[in-house]
Amino acid sequence: MPRPDAPAKVRGAFDFASDLRAEGMLYGRTVRSPHPHAVVRRIDTAAAAALPGVRAVLTAADVPGKPFYGLDKVRDQPVLVGVGETVRYAGEAIAVVAADHPEQARAAAAAVAVDYEVLEPLTDPVQALAQGSSLRNLVIRRGNPEAVAEVVVKGFYEVGQQDQAPLGPEAGLAIPDGEGGVDLWIATQALHVDLRQVADALALPPERCRLRLAGVGGAFGAREDLSMQIHGCLLALRTGRPVKMWYGRDESFVGHVHRHPAWMWYEHGADREGNLVYVRATIVLDGGAYASSSHAVVANAAIFGCGPYRVPNVLMWCGAARTNHVPNGAMRGFGAVQSCFAHESQMDRLAAAVGISPLEIRLRNAMRSGDRLITGQVVSGAAPVADLIRRCAELPLPPPAEGRMALPGGAGNLAEAADISRGEGWALGYKNIAYSEGSDDYATARVRLERRNGHAVALVKTAAAEVGQGLVTVCQQIARTELGVEEVELEPADTLIGDAGSSSASRQTWMTGGAVREAARLVAEEVLKRAGPPGRGLAGGQVVDDEGAPLAPLALLLDEPIEREFEHHHRQTGKLDEDGQGDAHVSFMFVAQRAVVDVDPEAGLARVAQVATVQDVGLAINPLQVHGQIEGAVAQGVGLATMEEIQTREGLIRNASFTDYLLPTAVDMPEIVSELVEEAEPDAPYGAKGVGEPPLIASPAAICAAMRAASGRELCRIPVRPEELSGVSETKPPRELIPGQPPA
Amino acid sequence: MEVSSPRTLAEALDEMGAQPATVPLAGGTDLMVAINFGRERPERVMALRRVEELHELTVNRRVRCGAGVTYTRLLEAVRDPAMVQAARTVGSPQIRNAGTLGGNLGTCSPAGDTLPVLAALDAEVVVRSAAGAERRLNLGEWMRGPKKSARRPEELVVAAEWDPAGSSQAFLKAGTRNAMVIAVANLALVVDRVRRRVGLAMGSVGPTILRAQAAEDFARGLFEEAGWERPHRPSPAAAERFGALCAEAAAPIDDVRGTAAYRRHVVAVMARRALARTAAAV
Ligand SMILES: Cc1cc2nc3c(=O)[nH]c(=O)nc-3n(C[C@H](O)[C@H](O)[C@H](O)COP(=O)(O)OP(=O)(O)OC[C@H]3O[C@@H](n4cnc5c(N)ncnc54)[C@H](O)[C@@H]3O)c2cc1C
Repeated sequence: MPRPDAPAKVRGAFDFASDLRAEGMLYGRTVRSPHPHAVVRRIDTAAAAALPGVRAVLTAADVPGKPFYGLDKVRDQPVLVGVGETVRYAGEAIAVVAADHPEQARAAAAAVAVDYEVLEPLTDPVQALAQGSSLRNLVIRRGNPEAVAEVVVKGFYEVGQQDQAPLGPEAGLAIPDGEGGVDLWIATQALHVDLRQVADALALPPERCRLRLAGVGGAFGAREDLSMQIHGCLLALRTGRPVKMWYGRDESFVGHVHRHPAWMWYEHGADREGNLVYVRATIVLDGGAYASSSHAVVANAAIFGCGPYRVPNVLMWCGAARTNHVPNGAMRGFGAVQSCFAHESQMDRLAAAVGISPLEIRLRNAMRSGDRLITGQVVSGAAPVADLIRRCAELPLPPPAEGRMALPGGAGNLAEAADISRGEGWALGYKNIAYSEGSDDYATARVRLERRNGHAVALVKTAAAEVGQGLVTVCQQIARTELGVEEVELEPADTLIGDAGSSSASRQTWMTGGAVREAARLVAEEVLKRAGPPGRGLAGGQVVDDEGAPLAPLALLLDEPIEREFEHHHRQTGKLDEDGQGDAHVSFMFVAQRAVVDVDPEAGLARVAQVATVQDVGLAINPLQVHGQIEGAVAQGVGLATMEEIQTREGLIRNASFTDYLLPTAVDMPEIVSELVEEAEPDAPYGAKGVGEPPLIASPAAICAAMRAASGRELCRIPVRPEELSGVSETKPPRELIPGQPPA
Repeated sequence: MEVSSPRTLAEALDEMGAQPATVPLAGGTDLMVAINFGRERPERVMALRRVEELHELTVNRRVRCGAGVTYTRLLEAVRDPAMVQAARTVGSPQIRNAGTLGGNLGTCSPAGDTLPVLAALDAEVVVRSAAGAERRLNLGEWMRGPKKSARRPEELVVAAEWDPAGSSQAFLKAGTRNAMVIAVANLALVVDRVRRRVGLAMGSVGPTILRAQAAEDFARGLFEEAGWERPHRPSPAAAERFGALCAEAAAPIDDVRGTAAYRRHVVAVMARRALARTAAAV
């Protein structure tokens, strides 16, 4: 099943958004605040406007419509920060310029003079929450929040700030239509979500802004929020010329949200056999300066914050602080990654305290279908957690590391085999699929069947974003399956059709895939109506009878093309009550992982030798792509566990480049052995669950556990830094908090 | 931006003399990054790729490695193990195909991987200008500070030269990633068993490449005692002492790549391992 976009991508011929060009195009650039917290006193654009080649210099005063954007119900992020207004993070946009040449645009941006009254930034999220600077606080109470137990373990855990690091930085091309409207070619995760914010800011009716998907060079949550969308359109409409904007890597670090860093205080209680009695936890997330998707990330961190286990008594407090940092928001795993590191570390501590193995403690408490989440929601679908664990334990272990490059330190020539010790670690993770807490989640698809050169061709149109995950293949497969035709064409994704929602939350196969299936079924129904009895189905380009015997070529029935559209909504979810109880989610996906890590404990370096992973996928519509998702997600998990971290001091990012924001290379990638468990999910189209996130939820925790086993050190923070792995220093909680209680 | 592309060293040096603001470009793996980040906007760039003389590499009684020699070529031709190991740790295959020894010297970063090796080998940096005579500087004289060399505006680095020092050499580099990483700390130890010389130099633990003289003296004593021509295994106490002397000579700071405390620690670890490896090799 070849991917339609694969050959061009492999050959380097694929047009990513940053490759776009248009006749007479201008280059846009953004003026950004160097201060994390300041009031803009004056903006002088005259010098910039007078520079050669400069066609426009725009400020907040030039925004015709709603001056705020954002993903939350309350849009709180200024399109541009105007005079008298407050800058809330370093890198916030103050003005935009357009010029004939990128160098001219750069010079113009540098020439915009801005006077700031610099204010003290709020950078400590615990303190921010203590003083009420919060984007959301959530409490979950279940059973007896004050329960006591025979065995009690406590721990503090910290997760650094991870960047989605898509290879393609933010980019788009806005082309004015000459009638006051605009076409925007954009690399995004959700065309319609962008459209609503762009149209409001431009004060245009949505139909006069057409958003069209440009080649997306990776997303992972980084393209949920707007970047240059409104800015590019403002410049294009003002100049009457196409305007291209693309961020450099350094700009990209302030141009998109990141994964919330987390500080977590946990207490677990169990009986002497290791059966969980209670969990109490406080989770502090840094939400940064604006809401973005903090609301939902808080919910996920909290709801999944005890892991896929049966926990009768819970007191969970989770809050996202509003600080003067670059906003944090969506990233693959979405809150569940952070709390997984804490609850899995706690499960290991509990196992040690009870005197059983990490495997056994997980088996004893594993969630099953029919169990309840800590929100009281019954897991009505598949939850084969114990099965995942057992099968993962049976996967083969890796041979000892051989050769310099396979040892910790790799090319650095640091370690000999005798310097190495090997450790094994376990983690389980789980998370929801699709949107939650009562939002009306739907996707639209149109399927058209027509005759071309004598045979039937299906055309599929949606607004869903292909961000590398392979949705294009899945949609084609579904149309083929439902219509029995070989040739399926995907039409370009744009806002000329209804919303598909975002390519996030592991939801598009379920949501857009489901919409394609239903639209195709409506088309098939019409074909069969035209064919009349005994036609019962479509296969191999034929109408077939009950036994599958061909009756007539499909193409003969297509004198008139057939076109059907379908809007697929998933089962309505509910809100959480004041105790954090409610059926907030539609479905869950689970994963079990075992990591094997080689550590050089003296030098404090590590190399992940293997990650074994068994994942609950419902049905693998495209097994190759599922394994691709697993490998990519594990790579990001390796990164979070061992090296990836945005370092910020006094509100300023100190490593905004791939020189110092380290990503795993091929040498750092472990062997991955994976298996899929296919237990059909009752509600899901074809029984298929989402697959993109779970491997990244569990792998950082599993890898860190293996590093603990190999080094004998506590390691309460990821990424694990060499100074901690070597025992030179140790992470301490920023302050003592009582698990379950808010910061006071 | 003006770009020239001379074909001979004489032509290149004339041009440097006439236009001292000219920025030489070798593999571009440092310079283009700086331009991309807007840290540099040179008015004039002189591409050195076509200057034959800079690509010369001879490894007879004395090694002479032209400034334009890439890491890939170094790896194939040079036999000094510390230099080979250092070249191997640089970047990725693409970077090693483009990046040059002259560029490493030109950038003069305390993290430059070949620099501690050149220091430990007592190598000479050969620089030349059209007007003046050739100058020969050891690495301590060449390196004046972080990214500050003793190069005069009209000069080019022509080559580095050193005496081959046998097989008792080691280069180690600590970094958070297992390949393509800027050194959090690196260390080169060269034990020339014929000339009875020990050179130890460390990078990324100070504003320049640092020699650890007390450690060199201590190691010389060890080899003296064990016999220069024989392999030996240093006692744990000796290794410990050697490591501690190196750590003492380090002057690290905290930065985004690592903490001072870790740097000091890992220097001692690398020194102990380097000593064991060089003592075992004859
Ligand atoms: C992805 C990546 C990974 C890297 N990894 C490493 C690493 O692991 N270790 C490491 O040490 N470095 C590393 N580097 C840095 C770089 O590759 C090296 O410093 C390399 O040696 C630079 O050589 P170049 O030929 O590319 O120099 P250029 O970029 O062409 O030049 C570098 C500087 O030297 C000057 N210069 C060049 N030639 C001469 C000359 N003949 N005379 C006078 N001045 C001259 C230039 O003007 C410029 O200032 C890496 C770089 C990248 C992009």
